[in-house]
Amino acid sequence: MFTRFLAVVSLVFLAATGGPLRAGAPATVPNDERAVVHALNRLTFGPRPGDVERVKAMGLAAWIEQQLAPSHIDDSGLDARLAHLETLELDSKTIATEYAGPAMRERRERQLSGTGNREPGAGNPSTSLRAGREPMSDAQRKAREVIADIEQAKLLRAVYSERQLEEVLVDFWFNHFNVFAGKGATRNYVGEYEREAIRPFVFGRFRDLLEATAKSPAMLFYLDNWQSADPHAVDQRRRLKPSPSTNPLMEGRGFSPGQRTPKGINENYARELMELHTLGVDGGYTQQDIVNVARAFTGWTIRPRQGSGFLFAAQMHDNGEKTVLGHVIKAGGVNDGMQVLDILAAHPSTAHFIASKLATRFVSDNPPASLVDRAAARFTAAKGNLREVVRTIITSPEFFSPDAYRAKVKTPLEFVASAVRTTGAEVRNALPLARELREQGMPLYFCQPPTGYDDKASTWVSSGALVSRMNFAVKLGDNALPGVRVPNANKQLAVTIGSPEFQRR
Amino acid sequence: MTSRRVFLKSGSIALLTLGFAPSFLARTAEAAGTRKKLLITVFQRGAVDGLNMVVPFGESDYYRARPSIAIARPAKTDGAIDLNGFFGLHPRMAAFKPLWDRGELAIVHACGSHDTTRSHFDAQDYMESATPGVKSTRDGWLNRYLTASAKAADPEGHNPLRAVALTQQMPRSLQGPAPALAMGSSADFAIRDIGAATSFESIYAAAKDSTLHGTAEEAFEAMRTLSKKTGGAYQPANGASYPRSPFGQALQEIARLAKSDVGLEIAFAESTQWDHHANEGAANGQIGNRLDDLSRSIAALAQDLGERMADTVILTMSEFGRAVAENGSGGTDHGHGNAMFLIGGAVKGREVYGKWPGLAAEQRYEGRDLAVTTDFRDVFSEAVVNHLGADTATAARVFPGYAVNKTAFRGVLRA
Repeated sequence: MFTRFLAVVSLVFLAATGGPLRAGAPATVPNDERAVVHALNRLTFGPRPGDVERVKAMGLAAWIEQQLAPSHIDDSGLDARLAHLETLELDSKTIATEYAGPAMRERRERQLSGTGNREPGAGNPSTSLRAGREPMSDAQRKAREVIADIEQAKLLRAVYSERQLEEVLVDFWFNHFNVFAGKGATRNYVGEYEREAIRPFVFGRFRDLLEATAKSPAMLFYLDNWQSADPHAVDQRRRLKPSPSTNPLMEGRGFSPGQRTPKGINENYARELMELHTLGVDGGYTQQDIVNVARAFTGWTIRPRQGSGFLFAAQMHDNGEKTVLGHVIKAGGVNDGMQVLDILAAHPSTAHFIASKLATRFVSDNPPASLVDRAAARFTAAKGNLREVVRTIITSPEFFSPDAYRAKVKTPLEFVASAVRTTGAEVRNALPLARELREQGMPLYFCQPPTGYDDKASTWVSSGALVSRMNFAVKLGDNALPGVRVPNANKQLAVTIGSPEFQRR
Repeated sequence: MTSRRVFLKSGSIALLTLGFAPSFLARTAEAAGTRKKLLITVFQRGAVDGLNMVVPFGESDYYRARPSIAIARPAKTDGAIDLNGFFGLHPRMAAFKPLWDRGELAIVHACGSHDTTRSHFDAQDYMESATPGVKSTRDGWLNRYLTASAKAADPEGHNPLRAVALTQQMPRSLQGPAPALAMGSSADFAIRDIGAATSFESIYAAAKDSTLHGTAEEAFEAMRTLSKKTGGAYQPANGASYPRSPFGQALQEIARLAKSDVGLEIAFAESTQWDHHANEGAANGQIGNRLDDLSRSIAALAQDLGERMADTVILTMSEFGRAVAENGSGGTDHGHGNAMFLIGGAVKGREVYGKWPGLAAEQRYEGRDLAVTTDFRDVFSEAVVNHLGADTATAARVFPGYAVNKTAFRGVLRA
């Protein structure tokens, strides 16, 4: 039924365009109001007042092309809003040594004197109960500012950036290559991770994005690869062992006094690299492939205490020959891992998995196979050019089909950002919005499992979540969120934001 | 101190100690025949290291495989808490020992799925759908139980408070057509503005969007019930003290609901951050802290529920176990078999159930992991039949593709 209907719709589009569909052919993009609203709902964090008219006047096809090449879009308004976030552009070394370090040392001292809580920094601040603790010291406030700034920036960008498709894609790819800021030193690296490993590549080549994440300190720490070593390289490995007494960042997470020096591989990254980042869980790899991929990445490491960047530690590396997905790897050194990335990025399972995930984000929870296949073919033909893959999806007849219209339930981030956008609210402080996201079950940068947040209605539609959304709508309508000013706020606005229609995009 | 509890066992009053007025006992006896059974499931997300949780200290291979993270033998410093001369609890799980001693806690070890996946996501999905290897299953096992038993348990078929998850998102176990509720806490589960609430209720009632319409209908009905039957500050009974952790607070919410006569039959809570690939720790460290929270929270719940535990089973699960040998970073990579706890009045406790496969290299699954000798559905189905009282035909609808068979039960629960 569904597929037959879709076939009819496709035929209509074929007839309208007068020939077979080619990727990127802008002639397939309609320009009626419904299509424009749909595109704004999917390619941005929701329409602002006036957006529909603006896009219609420009032409939807032209607007999409503009969004696909965002460097030409002036975003100085956003830049001005981000300017006061002092830690946003800092490198991770500065954050590790000047922001996180002092707070950790202070907590350690308190702990030793018996006045601190037992497990500093190990919990997720989004869920730990903070009641009953002593007030924050300056050092602690400074350390928290780092996370507060990236949360603010994410929300301000979602609400105010003119480069909306880029923001949607940064959110998509960060979530695809998720790291959890609640795990030890990851929090020092997470801002830099988004800035340097994700954002520059969302319209670039998948292979480059993959390598940037593979070498990112955030990922190396979060999925433990920084500690993965050739079991026979133990003696050399010892030299890299951070000294526990001067290693505040590793508190509760790193090596402790008296513990044996680690030796041997850690499979965590190797598994998630194939399951979540490239091939997909049914992409055709075995446990033996996981072990060999882990061996290939031994020596890809960092020194978290100094907030260092990527290092290849040859003395930790297993230089033996490995077989991965039928390919023999004997490049040696850092090139073993690079060769694995080549194999994975070029694998047909990866093309299909990435195409399917993007189509799920942009089109529907169960995107049509025809579209996924075309997008996967585009991925392969364009050598992983992500701009081409995204263009194929968002200009497709499936994207504009009636089945896709309002088919997606908003995630909490999409819900909150779209609510603020539709009201034209002025956000001076986005932290109350970040708190709302925690209450709705989507703390920014604090998604613990490597899967990232799910993108489907079954996850986000629950009684508790709906009640949270209705309460958020009431607060917005009452202008009761500090730092967020809604012009002409009223009860009717609350009912609109909390309505079933507004939960979908 | 934690032994001040009354249990009804096999129809007889087992013991009476301090802490309860006689009238309380009388009411218990009276109500026992009619009162609803309660199943509380706890998911340890991230794959807990079952070998450091329920420690096979009688195995020398355990110590050979884990030179830096093994839990020492009982009697040694930071040693395991001896249960039966072969297995012991992690030393930070002392809160479970009184439950074991009183025969209210049992363990099923080397338990899990026969599916080979070591993916967190897939394995959680398989355990919660209870259809390992089948990804197309749409509903969770607890939701199927609600549907299969709806006639007897909830004749009108729409009490959303029959099954409650203390999570912001609906867990896979409870997803499906039968009404169920997911909420962070009962205090937050209310719409402050009455005028807006009325508007919301009417627009959702009129909505054609069936997903949102149905969920909102359940939410509003549950809000009405909760405002009538709960509310105010909650004071745990019997001196129970819950950890202030999210998990401890979730279990306290379950106790509040269980005591407030809202028709609660199935409850769900989750405990997170068990994926210890690095620096797992032994007696202390990451896993110790997590197990401390887990065991103190559950023990507080059992203490708080008091005599209500006679009708209650708490069942813990985790998607798979971890490799027998520690890895290169003082942690453990993904494995296979694991341990489950069952706690409650119907539990035949003081026992570790299941066939122990051993930890020698040739006894391991794929040469590396604890083998699975008990299908997790043997335990789930026993809970559905022996505890919740479903007949085997009903249970068969809960476990498609699995032959519910009383002879496969481990005998861990009294019928």
